[in-house]
Amino acid sequence: MRLKLKIWRQEAATQPGAMVDYMLDDVSEHMSFLEMIDLLNETLVGKGERVVEFDHDCREGICGQCGMMINGRAHGPLPNTTTCQLHMRSFKDGDTIYIEPFRAAAFPIVRDLKIDRSGFDRVIQAGGFISASTGQPPEANSILISHDVTEAAFDAAACIGCGACVATCKNSSAALFTSAKITHLALLPQGKLEAADRVVNMVDQMEAEGFGHCSNTEACEVECPQSISVLHIARMNFEYNKALVMKP
Amino acid sequence: MMLDAKIPAGDLADKWDKYKEHAKLVNPANRKKLDVIVVGTGLAGASCAASLAEQGYSVKSFCFQDSSRRAHSVAAQGGVNAAKNYKNDGDSVYRMFYDTIKGGDFRSREANVYRLAQCSAQLIDQAVAQGVPFAREYGGYLNNRSFGGVQVSRTFYARGQTGQQLLLGAYQALMRQESLGKVKTYTRHEMLELVVVDGKAKGIIARDLLTGQIERHAANAVVLATGGYGKVYYLSTLAMGCNSSAIWRAHKKGAFMSGVSWIQFHPTCLPQLGEHQSKLTLMSESLRNDGRIWVPKKASDEREPKDIPEEERDYYLERKYPAFGNLSPRDISSRAAKERIDAGCGVGAMKNAVCLDFSKAIKEQGKEKIKEKYSNLFTMYEKINGINAYEQPMLISPAAHFTMGGLWVDYQLMTTIPGLFALGEANFADHGANRLGANSLLQACVDGYFVAPYTIPNYLADELKAEKVTTDHPAFEEAEQVVKAQLDRFLQSKGTLSADYFHKTLGKLLYDKCGLSRSKESLTQAITDIKQLRESFKNDLKITGDGTVNSELEKAGRVTDYLELGELMCYDALTREESCGAHFREEYQTPDGEAVRNDQDFCFVSAWEWKGSGAEEELHKEPLVFENVELAVRSYK
Repeated sequence: MRLKLKIWRQEAATQPGAMVDYMLDDVSEHMSFLEMIDLLNETLVGKGERVVEFDHDCREGICGQCGMMINGRAHGPLPNTTTCQLHMRSFKDGDTIYIEPFRAAAFPIVRDLKIDRSGFDRVIQAGGFISASTGQPPEANSILISHDVTEAAFDAAACIGCGACVATCKNSSAALFTSAKITHLALLPQGKLEAADRVVNMVDQMEAEGFGHCSNTEACEVECPQSISVLHIARMNFEYNKALVMKP
Repeated sequence: MMLDAKIPAGDLADKWDKYKEHAKLVNPANRKKLDVIVVGTGLAGASCAASLAEQGYSVKSFCFQDSSRRAHSVAAQGGVNAAKNYKNDGDSVYRMFYDTIKGGDFRSREANVYRLAQCSAQLIDQAVAQGVPFAREYGGYLNNRSFGGVQVSRTFYARGQTGQQLLLGAYQALMRQESLGKVKTYTRHEMLELVVVDGKAKGIIARDLLTGQIERHAANAVVLATGGYGKVYYLSTLAMGCNSSAIWRAHKKGAFMSGVSWIQFHPTCLPQLGEHQSKLTLMSESLRNDGRIWVPKKASDEREPKDIPEEERDYYLERKYPAFGNLSPRDISSRAAKERIDAGCGVGAMKNAVCLDFSKAIKEQGKEKIKEKYSNLFTMYEKINGINAYEQPMLISPAAHFTMGGLWVDYQLMTTIPGLFALGEANFADHGANRLGANSLLQACVDGYFVAPYTIPNYLADELKAEKVTTDHPAFEEAEQVVKAQLDRFLQSKGTLSADYFHKTLGKLLYDKCGLSRSKESLTQAITDIKQLRESFKNDLKITGDGTVNSELEKAGRVTDYLELGELMCYDALTREESCGAHFREEYQTPDGEAVRNDQDFCFVSAWEWKGSGAEEELHKEPLVFENVELAVRSYK
């Protein structure tokens, strides 16, 4: 198929960017969206032009490194799918496709479609862990966890940290990302001891990074590649209030 | 040069305890004066960096990804092995040790493998404490499943995301140390040179991938946990950024490379569909617990797989290996698939696949049960191929996956350069000529959590007395100049072909001539072809863009290294005149196509020494001594 691409090009965070038009031929329906951009870049190298920079790595939907706004939607037209798992069979010959970076004040643009998501790392540093140093743990089966609690914790732990929730939120809120980690660890007996400090510190850091507030539009859940539920946001609020009330 | 693996004396079961009891220690007050650089933030790198920081050492952690959480360990789906014997089905440390040695076709060290099995139980404890949500039974106890190549259930798993969940545990431990100021992470940094002073590893040269700045980092020890190089084939199950550059550049500074041609092809991957494909996605091997593998009995069958009646299907694994059937080890399953595909019985548009069929399992267990076990894999399959695997067989084919080879290390995971350690897939140590399923997460974790935190301090203890090397040292200046000169050369390359073109060409060449099977003829041809391709790369590479954020520039460096590594792979395969594990030489097989190992002449680990550009590398041999197991023909029939 033949496509018209309108792609955001920007040299650096400090410089203005603009949409640039490209025509691309010979796109096959079996290609992934990123392979389509590989093809475009191959033609750009052929013409001696600088390639479109974009983030990607595993190309199997699990590393969380890829992510772009495609026709205004985070990760493109399919719900709950990473950009790398989107295939060109979702488009048709003659389509015009708008491709932009994930946009959020807390995700500065590095170049073209590459963004800086290090804010997520700092939110985890604020408390997204269980303090269990190597060598300390007891025998694994001495901590009994019911099947259902484990499965519920897993549902939250499945977050891949891609940032689509932030990109799609009109407030650029990181509530889904942060709450997923809070739920994962708060549900497990191992994580309960630090739950109160964890939620307060992570929420504070989330705000310090410049992520917006959650206003419950639930848009994030629609785009999340792991279908993380917005109910975790409710749990985060519950845990947060509990922590403040119970504060010794 | 005599290679000394430094294996402690004594009984197999006591070696590691003996080592730990006698390893040198560093006073807690002195630890922060000692700097360690850890390159790579996968399971091995992140766990090592966090564990050393917990002890009090000053750690710098490097990765090329935008966050330490994204290293390719995330992609491992199936599980991690541990000899807990929770299933009461006869498992033990010894049995796990034996399965791993046998699975590796008797080409690994007894002492290393035994230690791997010994430390496995502790890893599960560690991961659970960190909050890794392993599958549980209704009573709250941990659950297990069985994996290829073994007859017990010792695999722990977290749905189809075991790697991701284990890595999050290690990443979170690393982030905790960062918040405490014990670790400094450098994301979007690529190591481009190892700095060696007076024969010891003393630092690295890294490039900041955002600014293009070349940075010098000095340390008392350097750890490479940079993963495998299966991406040398271009089409593989690996991430796009996986590369050999860190280990290859260390190799060129004096670290030996071992078992270079031992690369595992995973039997259950999605087949190539077109010319522009960049990736062959892996479907977890756990699918083989319930899926049956078959091809049409007659060649060039044009019917859709679902239209082929039962009696015209050839369940070739069940037929050839009745004891293990669909759970036969990876090398055997992959080769059997290739054999059928080459015989013209392949299915799919490019006739390059075999069927993985769940109809029997669905009939016996119900669709819901299958859904509970594998729903994420079935969804993934449908996303990529547009096919519903509940209704018709999955199409799968073998793809380059895991490198058993890597930097030669001794029992302490130290390379031939003192102070340079290699962990996880980056070293050759534990898997021999073939890795068993669910042993790679294990090895990465055991190296990082439980081995390196003893062996690195043992080395560092003597470093306290040594004079501290700073980045002003001429060795840093020299290494930096080498890096800068290479980058400048790339930026001025105005030929006609992209770095990807060379990578794909090399990959195809290696797949055909040094892939699932090899011969003297194909390998000799490959060596000639690679030399030519390298010349063409020198003259005809085209790089656009500038010296700051530039993915084409990054690729050029990686492909340069692959072009040298690929040649060494061929030499390694050529000089090993036997078939063992993943290394199948066509000249050495039985009349019915089974591998013929030669213990008389090849019971050794190859260790290659770089002799300078253009010169042939020198082969050293570390003999493998088996005192506790008898070398047996590896039969799964």
